[in-house]
Amino acid sequence: MWKYEKKLQYPVNIKRPNARLAQVIVSQLGGPDGELAAALRYLNQRYTSPYSSVTGILTDIGTEELAHVEIISTIIYQLTKDLSIDEIKKSGFDKYFVDHTLGVYPVSAAGVPFTAAYFQSKGDPITDLTENMAAEQKARTTYDNILRLADDPDVKDAIRFLRQREIVHFQRFGEGLRIVQDNLDAKNFYAFNPAFDKKCRKNINRRH
Amino acid sequence: MNEKTALMKMIKKYDFALYELNLYLDTHPKCMNALACFKKYQDLRGKAVEEYTQKYGPITADQTDTSQGWGWVNEPWPWQRESDV
Repeated sequence: MWKYEKKLQYPVNIKRPNARLAQVIVSQLGGPDGELAAALRYLNQRYTSPYSSVTGILTDIGTEELAHVEIISTIIYQLTKDLSIDEIKKSGFDKYFVDHTLGVYPVSAAGVPFTAAYFQSKGDPITDLTENMAAEQKARTTYDNILRLADDPDVKDAIRFLRQREIVHFQRFGEGLRIVQDNLDAKNFYAFNPAFDKKCRKNINRRH
Repeated sequence: MNEKTALMKMIKKYDFALYELNLYLDTHPKCMNALACFKKYQDLRGKAVEEYTQKYGPITADQTDTSQGWGWVNEPWPWQRESDV
C-alpha cells in the first residue's frame, strides 16, 4: 500500500508562467522516458523479482518515481497557472489547451498521449534491470535537453534535482544487476531465467 | 522563511537522507555505517515530524488531530505556489 505525504520531495516555486516551457517539460510526465513510465515500469516488474534486494530496489525507486511524477506535474501546473488566452495562443499552448484547458495530462512534448508501450515488464531480471539502466540514462539525457531549453532559474533548480536522481538510480540498478549475476552461473548468465526456470530456483539465495 | 517553512525544509532534508540511505541499503544491507546513519536520521525526522504536526497540522491524513476538526483539507496542497497560499 501507499500513503500520501502532503509535501513535495523537492520544493518547486515558479514565479513566472511559461507555456512554451511547460509544453517541453510535460514530456517528463507523459513522454517515452518520463517519470510516469518509470514508476509503472519498476512497480510492475517487482512482483516476479527472485532476489529480495532487487525487489526492494524496484519497490523503493518505483515509489520515488511517483514523487517525481508529482514534482513534474507541479512544474507544469505552476508554469501554466494564470495564463491569458493571448499568451496561450502566442506560445502554441493552444493545441494542448483545446483538449485539457489547464488540466495536467500525461502527454509527450509532441502531444502523444501516455502509453504503457513505453516500458516493459519482461519477467527476466537481467532483461528488466538492463532496460531500467537504459531508462535512467534516457531520462537523464531528456533532463539535460530541458536544461538546454530552460532559462528560468526556478525551473532549472528542480530539474537539476530530478536529473541527479536518474544518476543515483542508474547506480543502484547496476548494483541490482550485479546481485542477480552473482547468483547465477558466471560461465553462462543466460542458462536459466531465475524468475521462471524451476531448475535454477534451488540456487537462489532469497535473502540476497 | 517563517518557522513553519523552515521546519518543513528540515523534514524534507531528513526524508531525503533517509531515502538515499534506503536505496543504498537495499543493495548494501550489511553496511554498518549506513545503518547507523539511517538510525540517526530516523530519530531526527521523528522529532521534527512530531513538532510539525503538533504545531501546523498533518503531513499524512492519519496524523489529523480531530479535536481541531478535519485539518487535512485546510492546509495548502504542496503544488500551490508560495504566493498563492
